[in-house]
Amino acid sequence: MTEILRVENISKSFTLHVQQQAVIPVFEDINLALSAGDCLALTGASGAGKSTFMRMVYANYVCQSGQINVRHQGDWIDVVSAAPHTILDIRRVTMGYVSQFLRVIPRVSTLDVVAEPAKMAGMEVEEAAEKAKSLLHRLNIPEALWSLSPLTFSGGEQQRVNIARGFVTDYPLLLLDEPTASLDAANKAVVLDLIDEAKARGAAVLGIFHDHEARERVCTSEFDISEFRVKSDG
Amino acid sequence: MTTRMPLISVEDLTVTYGDRIGCNGVSFDLFPGEVLGIVGESGSGKSTLLNAVSGQLEPAVGQIHYRTRLNETADIYRMSEPERRFLMRTDWAFVHQNPRDGLRMGVSAGANIGERLMGVGWRHYGEIRSTALSWLGKVEIFEDRVDDPPTTFSGGMQQRLQIARNLVSGPRLVFMDEPTGGLDVSVQARLLDLLRGLVSDLGLSAIIVTHDLAVARLLSHRLMVMQGGEVVESGLTDQVLDDPQHPYTQLLVSSILQV
Repeated sequence: MTEILRVENISKSFTLHVQQQAVIPVFEDINLALSAGDCLALTGASGAGKSTFMRMVYANYVCQSGQINVRHQGDWIDVVSAAPHTILDIRRVTMGYVSQFLRVIPRVSTLDVVAEPAKMAGMEVEEAAEKAKSLLHRLNIPEALWSLSPLTFSGGEQQRVNIARGFVTDYPLLLLDEPTASLDAANKAVVLDLIDEAKARGAAVLGIFHDHEARERVCTSEFDISEFRVKSDG
Repeated sequence: MTTRMPLISVEDLTVTYGDRIGCNGVSFDLFPGEVLGIVGESGSGKSTLLNAVSGQLEPAVGQIHYRTRLNETADIYRMSEPERRFLMRTDWAFVHQNPRDGLRMGVSAGANIGERLMGVGWRHYGEIRSTALSWLGKVEIFEDRVDDPPTTFSGGMQQRLQIARNLVSGPRLVFMDEPTGGLDVSVQARLLDLLRGLVSDLGLSAIIVTHDLAVARLLSHRLMVMQGGEVVESGLTDQVLDDPQHPYTQLLVSSILQV
């Protein structure tokens, strides 16, 4: 299958200037590849750096060395060294990210929050709204809430709005940080179906799944990030 | 990959106030549709940079190249004064922190909006008035206030009116200096939502100076952090705020109060 993501010799450390220049090494020499239709589970104990690694792939965190190549509209682009507008372009059409937390602007309706990424990726306004509605339906967000801002929603509802946002565009590469964490069984099943459908259309998925059962069902392989963690005692 | 040309390209810009440095050796490109945030504490040179880039403060060193509607590149400090004035009236807009600096306080709200349109050649009174009314609606000011002067408006309304006056003539590049400064938080949220919607719907490019990192995160794609007149860090907004590399940026980010 076509490779979508190629991580090569990636290292990461944090330098905390406000705390006596403390340098915290995190990872050394991570290599991995991900192809269309694959779902790779990042594993490792809590604090091993799964979310940190995912944020590096999304170019949200800076890498000190190595390359993270993403196939964007037919070309390989290294997000570690790419210019900001290129990264924004990649995020608009190629790489979607569902974080654990929903970050929204006050006063914007749930329907608009969900439809926004599709519009940004170039979908017609009506089509984006229709797609947003069908996802909100599937994820069991009551229609009465669609015109409200998700800021006042419960944790599980916010998480489902976040997931709807991530699936409203057919990204070739999806990064999912604990997508099923705070969901009940019925909604979890919906999210796993969405992941299976994404794989079937050829998306590559990189996921963090706390839940063993979910991992078994959707993931095609596992990657234990803790093996690359730099030991802090030297 | 399509290579896009920058809308504005700033090279090695230095502004001095006598012996003092306002900003030093700043370079950046702004691409069409991109929003650039400039953050830093007061006195860091943010407003100096904005004023120099927007053609209001001649730099000691450096060049600013602007790509016109005719797809020609013009150095804004090499063009004639009338040419620069024309550019500022048609292609550019400047939203001041204090709406009194950007509005004509003695004339009605409708005239404040209409004046910009007449500046770009509109002459039909009925069209000017109906466009003014529609823009009042867009910035959420009731239409029945169209004939009132801004002196009778609240601070938040004045700021929204200033935004309408600036955007009505269809600029391509908007400069904003602390657009939400001095407004209470509920008004701020409303203004932010409005600005963000207008910028993305109209496909504007913008340079926004703010000391508020939350405002910067909401509005800008890219961020430049200034300290002592120099740009100490720049990059994607979320990257700069979530994984800051420079000591000063780390200090700024770690100083935010949690609500």
